[in-house]
Amino acid sequence: MFEYDEMFFFSLLLGFLARALMLKIDYRQFPSYPHSYVIHLTLGAIAAALGALVIPLLLEKEFIAITFITIAAQQFRDVRSMERESLAKIEKTELIPRGEAYIEGIAKLFEARNYLALISSFTTNLIYYYSNWYIALLGGSLVAYGLHSFMKGPTVGDIADVEVVEISIKKKSIGIDEVIMMNVGEEEALEIWSREGIGVKIIPRDEDARATLANLGQRQAILHDLSILMGIKLDLGLQHFSPLARLNIDNGSLNIIFIPQEPDEIFIKEAVERIPVLESSQRKPLKDKIGRKAAD
Amino acid sequence: MSENNILAIITTKKLRDKVAGGAPIFFADNEEEVEELSSLLARITLAMVHDLENGIKIIVRH
Repeated sequence: MFEYDEMFFFSLLLGFLARALMLKIDYRQFPSYPHSYVIHLTLGAIAAALGALVIPLLLEKEFIAITFITIAAQQFRDVRSMERESLAKIEKTELIPRGEAYIEGIAKLFEARNYLALISSFTTNLIYYYSNWYIALLGGSLVAYGLHSFMKGPTVGDIADVEVVEISIKKKSIGIDEVIMMNVGEEEALEIWSREGIGVKIIPRDEDARATLANLGQRQAILHDLSILMGIKLDLGLQHFSPLARLNIDNGSLNIIFIPQEPDEIFIKEAVERIPVLESSQRKPLKDKIGRKAAD
Repeated sequence: MSENNILAIITTKKLRDKVAGGAPIFFADNEEEVEELSSLLARITLAMVHDLENGIKIIVRH
């Protein structure tokens, strides 16, 4: 009889590791250490266990058990609503909110990562059945890595050019170039804007990027991430320092004004470039014939 | 997006006939007082000062 326990162990291990490695903490501080870690590692282990059970059950002709596995997999849909709910709840405590589109993106990502753990442990299982444990581990890791890089979406730097520019002040209005973005009524605030305010111009490379950058959720996500990365001079009661992102409707470039804590132009440019493009804000007019023709 | 509201209007006494309406209107003696009043009101109401560039400032909650 075939040895199932080793097969199960290696598949579970690989699926779990695949999930764990994706839980790296980055500047977004999400998931928050350590409780979310426990939640996601546990769910990842369960997903990996489900994936590791498929082949043994098939070999034993336990078809009813397989239907139970599909029911169990349904549970991962709750991960998405769990993440969405908790993020939406803390949204009120953010000076610059993430925005609904960003939250939706994060929630979707966390659901998808469980399936990734499931798929990699299933592949390890499959390869183990046809070969041995080290080829199985290798193959499983390759699949996990492949899926992980496939799930990595583009960043703002991939679809647009970023320039750090001076903000322009005309009487009481501030903006970038010809685009007026905010009217500031206080002399003191205007002075601070002119001394410390920094403008960022995100110039889309093509029509797809233009449509993507115009999305309000995408703009909010850029503001949120930028404010975390560069720090921002803002507080309750100081609304006149709120960062803004507005389009130049003539050429579709996105203009951002804000007052950073770290006015380091090189890093501001890099920070904007590595902000993710949200899945839900991506538009592809160039994929359609009409869109392509109109773009000429 | 939340509703934008004019919470107050601040101007000098000599521009009295330029302002009217439902929002509270504050008349100041001079430009400095306009500046001071508007900035205080904005802090208190957690709103923002906008300048209409004709001597009138408004407090707007965004």
